[in-house]
Amino acid sequence: MRMDSITCTDLNLFYGDFHALKSVSVSIAPKRITSIIGPSGCGKSTLLRVFNRMNDLIPGVRITGDVSVLGRPLLDEDILKLRRTVGMVFQRPNPFPLNIFENIAYGMRIHGIGNRSQVEETVEKCLTGVGLWEDLKDKLKTGALSLSGEQQQRLCIARALATKPEILLMDEPCSALDPIATAHIEELMQDLRSEYTIVIVTHNMQQAARVSEDCGFMLLGELIEFGKTTQLFTAPRDERTEDYISGRYG
Amino acid sequence: MDRFISKLLFIAACSSIAILALIALFIFKEGVPIIIRSGLGHFLFGRIWSPLEGQFGILPFIIGSLWVTAGALILGVPLGVACAVFLAEFAPARLAAVLKPAIELLAGIPSVVYGFLGVMWLAPIIRVHLGGPGLSILAASCVLAIMILPTIVGVSIDAIHAVPRSYKEGSLALGATEWQTAWRVILPAARSGILAGVILGMGRAVGETMAVIMISGNATQIPHSILDSVRTLTANIAIEMGYAVGDHREALFATGIVLFFFIMALNTVALRVARRRF
Ligand SMILES: Nc1ncnc2c1ncn2[C@@H]1O[C@H](COP(=O)(O)OP(=O)(O)O)[C@@H](O)[C@H]1O
Ligand SMILES: [Mg+2]
Repeated sequence: MRMDSITCTDLNLFYGDFHALKSVSVSIAPKRITSIIGPSGCGKSTLLRVFNRMNDLIPGVRITGDVSVLGRPLLDEDILKLRRTVGMVFQRPNPFPLNIFENIAYGMRIHGIGNRSQVEETVEKCLTGVGLWEDLKDKLKTGALSLSGEQQQRLCIARALATKPEILLMDEPCSALDPIATAHIEELMQDLRSEYTIVIVTHNMQQAARVSEDCGFMLLGELIEFGKTTQLFTAPRDERTEDYISGRYG
Repeated sequence: MDRFISKLLFIAACSSIAILALIALFIFKEGVPIIIRSGLGHFLFGRIWSPLEGQFGILPFIIGSLWVTAGALILGVPLGVACAVFLAEFAPARLAAVLKPAIELLAGIPSVVYGFLGVMWLAPIIRVHLGGPGLSILAASCVLAIMILPTIVGVSIDAIHAVPRSYKEGSLALGATEWQTAWRVILPAARSGILAGVILGMGRAVGETMAVIMISGNATQIPHSILDSVRTLTANIAIEMGYAVGDHREALFATGIVLFFFIMALNTVALRVARRRF
């Protein structure tokens, strides 16, 4: 039997009194791209942030149910190690106000991995992996904030790859980018799929259809339907999914 | 009506600039002649201040100001920045709500009280345990460090709060601890604001007079160690102005000119630094 990258069973999440995730159960397969779609405010980001425990930062959050990541219960894993294995890319590119090199090296520095030449090697490898090396190899010491939006987002992906994660969570990674940059990032995801389990949240259905193999549809905190992307888009089992993909919700 | 008010404001602005210009003009008019007569080099780098013999070298006071200010920064900056990081990032909201106003309150204590505390309490400790007269660079630096703390803490907290949340999230998502995040991402991101706070604090330390007169001993010699007594530029003016006449009086105004440039340079740097962006 194949081991799923992420499984959750009967997951509920509360922001104080607000029930944001309602009995979500899902298994996310390794080395594939899984997308999560749904209207704004339905809990996509919240679900994604369960997987690397970013919700822990918000006071008053309460979680019930079982979640395991790479076969281990979420809460058993050391949180810092977990976040090293489960990388995250955010909606707005958020490179640190450091130079390009230090942005990529950051993950290795905080975890104390690699000597100087290994760090340099990793920086080159990660930048090559996201298609930035040729453009930036002579400007590694310039500030990351001077890059274009697309380059910044690529840099953030490279930064996440530098700690050698197995899972990459992407929360609407293209919503701050123009269509051309979006296409480039989607291509990049295809290049990365063979090595990483990718979970992408998007409110853009076309994007989910283009990039993902599995797809889940969420509505008001519930995971309504989960399955093969082609099946979900061509023959949805649930009426609400059908309404959404045919454009009857926002 | 609107035009009347804007005219009024314009006049107010002009008059405050005019007053400033008048003050500057007056100081320069009173102070420049003695500098010209004794020579700028002699004035700035002369080691002897002896008004009765017509010797007006302010090097000891320049050195005194530099030492005392540097000492205050060495003690006050790490403490202030650490306080700011703690209050902005780590302290529970309730603790921060108590501590922040408490630190701001430090700014409201009259400087004579700091000086008094220093003389009664700090100077004897230094004299007994470290030697020297007690009233010294070290004592003055300690007192000034506490006096500039509110400035540094306040400005630094604002600078830290202005750092986008997304930096912090990005760092934590990579598996960094809160401390690593504060040290490696938030502080560098806030550094221009923090630096501006440090420079403002420095301005306050250079300009402080009352407490420094009380605690630094006021010897007119060039100090050899931090346990020696010194006199600063501000202290020199305040101590002697009561009885200075003629050349002596002009030399005190000239000391004021030096101080004027000192502070102006600091403020210019602070503005530059605060405006710089990545
Ligand atoms: N920190 C929070 N505190 C309280 N409610 C929140 C918080 N974050 C999100 N929510 C609520 O949870 C719901 C889901 O939010 P989110 O996961 O961000 O939705 P999505 O990413 O699908 O747009 C929304 O109704 C939102 O208002
Ligand atoms: Mg969201």
